Amino acid sequence: MSLKRIDLLICCGSGCLSAGAMKIKERFHEVLQEKGLTNEINIIETGCMGPCDYGPVMVIYPEGIFYKKVTPADVDEIVSEHFIKGRPVSRLMLQDEEENTFSTQKEVPFYQKQVKVALANCGYIDPESIDEYIATGGYEALGTVLTTMSPQDTINVIKESGLRGRGGGGFPTHIKWQMVHDNPGAEKYIICNGDEGDPGAFMDRSLLEGDPHRILEGMMIGAYAIGSNAGFLYIRAEYPLAIKRIKLAISKAKEAGLMGKNIFGTDFCFDAEVRTGAGAFVCGEETALIHSIEGGRGNPTPKPPYPAVQGLWDMPSIVNNVETFGNVPTILLKGAKWFASMGTATSKGTKVFALTGDIRNTGLVEVPMGITLRELIFDVGGGMSGGNKFKAVQLGGPSGGCLTADHLDVHVDYETLKERGAMMGSGGVIVMSDKNCMVNIAKYFMDFCVDESCGKCSPCRIGLKQMLGILERITSGEGKEGDIEELQRLGEAIGKLSLCGLGQTAPNPVLSTIRYFRDEYETHIRDKSCGNKVCLPLMHFNIDKDRCIGCSLCARKCPVTCITGSREEKYTIHQLECVKCGNCQDVCPVKAISRIPGMHPEVTAKRETDAKSTNHHED
Amino acid sequence: MKTLADLKKIREKAQEEMKLRGGSVRVKIVVGMGTSGIAMGAREVMKTFLEEISNRNLTDVLVTQTGEKGLSSMEPVVDVIEDGKPKVTYGNMTPDKVKKVVVEHIVNGRIVSDYVVATGN
Amino acid sequence: MTLEICKKYAPTKDNLIQILHDVQDTHPQHYISSAAVDAIAEYLNVPANHIYGVLTFYTMYSTTPRGKNIIRLCESPPCYIKGSENILRKLKIALGVQTGGTSKDGMFTLELCACLGVCGNAPVMMINDDVYGDLTEEKVDEILEKIRRER
Repeated sequence: MSLKRIDLLICCGSGCLSAGAMKIKERFHEVLQEKGLTNEINIIETGCMGPCDYGPVMVIYPEGIFYKKVTPADVDEIVSEHFIKGRPVSRLMLQDEEENTFSTQKEVPFYQKQVKVALANCGYIDPESIDEYIATGGYEALGTVLTTMSPQDTINVIKESGLRGRGGGGFPTHIKWQMVHDNPGAEKYIICNGDEGDPGAFMDRSLLEGDPHRILEGMMIGAYAIGSNAGFLYIRAEYPLAIKRIKLAISKAKEAGLMGKNIFGTDFCFDAEVRTGAGAFVCGEETALIHSIEGGRGNPTPKPPYPAVQGLWDMPSIVNNVETFGNVPTILLKGAKWFASMGTATSKGTKVFALTGDIRNTGLVEVPMGITLRELIFDVGGGMSGGNKFKAVQLGGPSGGCLTADHLDVHVDYETLKERGAMMGSGGVIVMSDKNCMVNIAKYFMDFCVDESCGKCSPCRIGLKQMLGILERITSGEGKEGDIEELQRLGEAIGKLSLCGLGQTAPNPVLSTIRYFRDEYETHIRDKSCGNKVCLPLMHFNIDKDRCIGCSLCARKCPVTCITGSREEKYTIHQLECVKCGNCQDVCPVKAISRIPGMHPEVTAKRETDAKSTNHHED
Repeated sequence: MKTLADLKKIREKAQEEMKLRGGSVRVKIVVGMGTSGIAMGAREVMKTFLEEISNRNLTDVLVTQTGEKGLSSMEPVVDVIEDGKPKVTYGNMTPDKVKKVVVEHIVNGRIVSDYVVATGN
Repeated sequence: MTLEICKKYAPTKDNLIQILHDVQDTHPQHYISSAAVDAIAEYLNVPANHIYGVLTFYTMYSTTPRGKNIIRLCESPPCYIKGSENILRKLKIALGVQTGGTSKDGMFTLELCACLGVCGNAPVMMINDDVYGDLTEEKVDEILEKIRRER
């Protein structure tokens, strides 16, 4: 092993991989080989560094230089300029609008308001190296707990820290632990819920991929506290890299004697196994997840009995989220007081959020609880992308709700969000600009929930479908008076009557958009018009004859040949035949084609005649 | 691994491997690798530093590079930075001089004044 | 063949989901045949109808033959906001199939899926185990072309 002078950390989280990080890595290997530098430079694949939008990203130590959107073609320059001549490549550094260049990772504004606890090692260590995890203090908490603390002491620390479940509900972690600790059982199981399915949430994937040993350590501490010797990590099959990394971490931990028999020379023995899902969102619900591990359909069952009493194979079991476990080692290492000093009165510590949608810095961030939405979206997230105006933010995925510009100063904690009609959920933050139609978005979430309903209980199976039907009518111009009230009535009933969390929360996006954007529903229903020109039946395309240059490009690109005209007469769209694909608007060289809210008068007239003739037949 | 002491041993070793990422180091050696530095043999100087320090197992030393330092006539130029001491700059370095600097300065703490071209910041 | 896969796992019911994955992944047409179901039922000593109950519950399993490569385009809201509909249209045209269909050459099956958790790079799709992000219509052509050449 020769001494290295540069640590090149290439983000190999799924985001950067999808943007081509592997090609960059291969190119680095080639170029370093060519230049005879392989002995001097370490190439390390890390987990997610956070700012996915800038991917592929990399950090180069010892200076901590941060490069974004690197392509294989940039590699030669990085090696010859930066690695050989010591001149970092400034064109690959992050710049803001005022053209300030941020050369090191520490300077990048995206990282400045962040406080990393669960994500501390993500993007900093090689997730496939147990030694690097140990170098950051890994497994120290487990060793201390096993050799100096009783299970009850451990639970007390978690209690004092105020840690609450990070997966959605926000249930205090210590209460679950205490229940299983107190319940007798021939076997007890600890389960890590890695069935992250909320659209727009990817913190669990990033944690499992970027710092798998942290999750294992958190789980083992939990296992010791509740008196369990066996654990399962249930990870959705859509995350092959997470599965691979956690399996590798388990075998490395076993090799090192940190998992298995008599850990740290104590009586504590523990084994963990990975189980994968197979594409069912409802398996994120703890009872459904347990049935899935048992090899059955992932149908939820009524609670009580709670898993803490009768869980996996009817034994007392804990199901905790990935991020929850990710906090545990640090709490034990740095103390409950330290953790509780961050956050608000009822929501302690930090929370990882996944920023997506029309926001400049999409990606993964960890901030103290109690941060305002404004800070989260505009400071950490860098504000809206493409000069768009902020309209709404969907918090908590399909179970959560929308908040508006009026709520930007709301503090993000479990209770405050709930009061406003949204929820923390797993931490998905989908930012929407004024280009989005809220009725359409609500329909979209409803469609997701209808797809994912397991079908066991009727309020969810039938009720959600009814709601979707109404939303489909509204967005296709068939809405009628009373639809909004019907949606509210159904939504409230489904929320109260459904068996599990999926159905109980599925109406939230609809209810919250009605609450804050009722006027949009009303224009859809009364004026048959989508103000944002998103719902296709409620808008139309129009060619501005004054701007049209008669080039015929639109007519040639129209898939249904509904555009006719000539150079002299200009071009016209025959509205009755138009399928609203938008090709004409995309290709028009002079931007003469625009979207107009509302149905075209010709279409309205035809609908009226059609309606009359149907009525006539019925008579 | 059976005790916290075992864990500590692994941790200390692993931290040395990761020292480039911000661990504490006793000495930092910065080789000027601008165009003229490289033209005058800075690559060989860098390589020799890496080899010598690695061979001697000096785990608390970090070697890195920087761009042009504006001392073209004295290239290759090397800075040796120790915590709490003025920076020492060596000029006209060669692999043989590097070996001497490692033995004398880095290991034994005696500045090789014959090669020094500047001290302090 | 199926039995060999089964034998990698203990004959307990809780291994069913992993066995189904393994059987499907190793089949060149990525599906679970009725013969395979019978073999698994015998190995685990459970009725075949239980296995059908499980395998039809989960969206990732297929009981009909599929293409060599499975394309899963994410249809979740973050991707939708970023234009996944255009990508879907593009894929349908490029492959000459509807959602759920397999291209004539048997190379690709086009499916939709729930969130892939790569929302920072929306719109995204997964082909087999590889994720492709920041998709544009041009990129789709490139990716399909590359896979066609490789396999």
